Amino acid sequence: MSRLPVTKTPKPYVGGAFIRSESGRTFPIRDAAGEFFANIPQCTRKDLRNAVEAAAKAGPGWARRTAYNRGQILYRLGEMLEARRGEIIDTLMRFGAAKAAAAREVDATTDRLIYYAGWADKYEQVLGNVNPVAAPYFNFTVTEPMGVVGVIAPDTPALLGLVSLVAPVIVSGNTVVALASEATPYPAVLLGEMLATSDLPGGVVNLLTGFRKELVPTFATHAHLRAISAVATDEERQAIDLGAAESVKRVRFTAAGPDRAWLADAAQSLYAIRDFVEFKTTWHPIGA
Amino acid sequence: MATSATAKKTTRPATRSARPAPELIFGDLWEYDPSPETADPKLKARYELFIDGKFVPPAGGKYFDSINPGNEQKLAELALGGAADVDAACAAATRAFDTTWGRMPGRERAKYIYRLARLLQDRAREFAVAETMDNGKPIRETRDFDVPMAAAHFFYHAGWADKLEYLAPGRRVAPIGVVGQVIPWNFPLLMLSWKIAPALAAGNCVVIKPASNTPITAVKLAEIVQDAGLPPGVVNVVTGPGSTGGYLMAHPATAKIAFTGSTEVGKVIMRSVAGRGKRMTMELGGKAANIVFDDAPLDQAVEGIVNGIFFNQGQVCCAGSRLLVHEPVAEQVVAKLKTRLRVLRVGNPLDKNTDVGAIVSRDQLESIQGYLDSGVQEGAEMWQPPFRRPAKGFYLPPTIFTGVTQSHRIAREEIFGPVLSILTFRTIEEAVEKANNTAYGLSAGVWTDKGSRILKLSTELKAGVVWANTFNKFDPTSPFGGYKESGFGREGGRQGLLDYCRLT
Repeated sequence: MSRLPVTKTPKPYVGGAFIRSESGRTFPIRDAAGEFFANIPQCTRKDLRNAVEAAAKAGPGWARRTAYNRGQILYRLGEMLEARRGEIIDTLMRFGAAKAAAAREVDATTDRLIYYAGWADKYEQVLGNVNPVAAPYFNFTVTEPMGVVGVIAPDTPALLGLVSLVAPVIVSGNTVVALASEATPYPAVLLGEMLATSDLPGGVVNLLTGFRKELVPTFATHAHLRAISAVATDEERQAIDLGAAESVKRVRFTAAGPDRAWLADAAQSLYAIRDFVEFKTTWHPIGA
Repeated sequence: MATSATAKKTTRPATRSARPAPELIFGDLWEYDPSPETADPKLKARYELFIDGKFVPPAGGKYFDSINPGNEQKLAELALGGAADVDAACAAATRAFDTTWGRMPGRERAKYIYRLARLLQDRAREFAVAETMDNGKPIRETRDFDVPMAAAHFFYHAGWADKLEYLAPGRRVAPIGVVGQVIPWNFPLLMLSWKIAPALAAGNCVVIKPASNTPITAVKLAEIVQDAGLPPGVVNVVTGPGSTGGYLMAHPATAKIAFTGSTEVGKVIMRSVAGRGKRMTMELGGKAANIVFDDAPLDQAVEGIVNGIFFNQGQVCCAGSRLLVHEPVAEQVVAKLKTRLRVLRVGNPLDKNTDVGAIVSRDQLESIQGYLDSGVQEGAEMWQPPFRRPAKGFYLPPTIFTGVTQSHRIAREEIFGPVLSILTFRTIEEAVEKANNTAYGLSAGVWTDKGSRILKLSTELKAGVVWANTFNKFDPTSPFGGYKESGFGREGGRQGLLDYCRLT
């Protein structure tokens, strides 16, 4: 008689813990062959608000970490992905990816983390500067994180899309509440398990699973989210812009695209980091 | 010896606080001899719209008056631009972008923008007088700040036009296209230069709508645009009411919009363009904290407090409207401040000795008055120096409130007038907490003798600009703009210029 495998209960990673939705709701997902795979928590607006609270709590500590330390933690996350490469590839294949495509996505995701890890102690040197004002002041412009940023990930590629939006936001000291791919939420659950073992403080990245229709409007209007990074339909874009106006939120949309666009080097940029920092200019007197 | 040194050390602070603050008391010893600026502002009776390089009458055929808030006299009438005029201006700008400006080598664009700087410097005094008459701000400020700083903005940005490849390391940049801009009445010419100079340097074309209270220097600058020989349509100026500005912001031709004004109107504009994919820069309101520690050079700090809130009659988005003063020196600072305010000269903006001029309009004066009433009603204590109100014009004496708490409207809302709310604090943490306890985050001031404390506070204050031992300083090289509901994007410096570029 063959052994019955132990199946995993998928739980999103919020505030450094693996949670169920406060509502107790779940939705079933099936694999590419149509077989039942698991029940996924259907997070609510209340879950989103709790996640924002967790992110706000983690924010100051994360922002105070040294750039070197944030870089090492992002690099460590890359190490965690590499270590579980086989498992993630198998998962992506189970949800329909061909083997080569799954491997490409996982490798690109890991490389993307390494790319942004490297920026942690460099973006400031490129984006900030000293300004030669015509008065006796040492005037300099530095960047600061914005605070809690909402991320709305594309349906595909489920893992690479999510990580491509999250990494440039957290590298500068922001914290994130992200909505995972609605169509393929399970890779985000896996990512949560890797975040939990990567030295990233709890609450820095909070991953929600659920329905865009229910959650996007709350992302748009939540006043404690200082910015939104989203892949969104035209209709969602309008709703996000309208909600953003209420608290003068910063919004960055990334175009949905085929996997090859997300795989390309052009999908990663210093300027994705720039869009989620504030510039602060200080006038420091010069004199005895 | 040792004893006397110790004695000296312990007695010094005592004598410092015991001695009454020195005061200049003129009383009516001398009659004040006015010293008006007499340069000719060269105003025309009527100004048209500036579209496609020509001055043209508005499609609707209507005009509105601009009055001098210093004496309530009509200065000129201006074209009341509407939707059809904005359409024409946007069409001209699009044409210019496609045929001339957008294709011109950066080095040639640079020379045009340098010309604007130079021609404005040539006519600086004329512009200063016109600005003072239209806005009511003292001639000392327009002459020494608004106009020279406007010219400096053109000069700084001109040099960028052929160096854009150095702006965004790793990427190439391109202009965005037609930019729609709406500016406020508090620094009419300066805001115009903050908007136009970086837009042109990056290769964009501009349609700008000046505030209806203060449109004159914008149309006068259009004369300079013409004299400089800029290709038609590169800069278009459409005067008119707020609704014309709203139409411009939402216009399909404007790929980028830039707005400076209140947070309330900023939100209306954001909603009006939701889902349109327009690039935006929003420079909105503020409620800046000006934090004075007990080790600060207090006399210098008092000058800075005055400059922070009474500069331009306090009609400044980054004004230091909340004074947070360290408890040990609070009484002393307020006493010194009152002494200083007694000798601030309020009156004719054209007088070269005037420190505080006229409020921009009757509406604004009434709105400020409403805040004074609310401050008194909510239990704060109001103080104004003796003040003789001129017979005509919109004047208000510098006003301070003590005993203000954080829940008072005068501590939360942007008053946009010469009104200072004074709060106190005991610890650095309390100062930071109070300073950041606002939906705004445009600017902040710190007064202390300690460099490391300046840098610590600068790190913790959620504001786009932090002034240490100074306030209300500006420079074209220095990015300006806010956190939170004070808006997004920057103006000035590398960061501001990149907001007018597209990465390719």
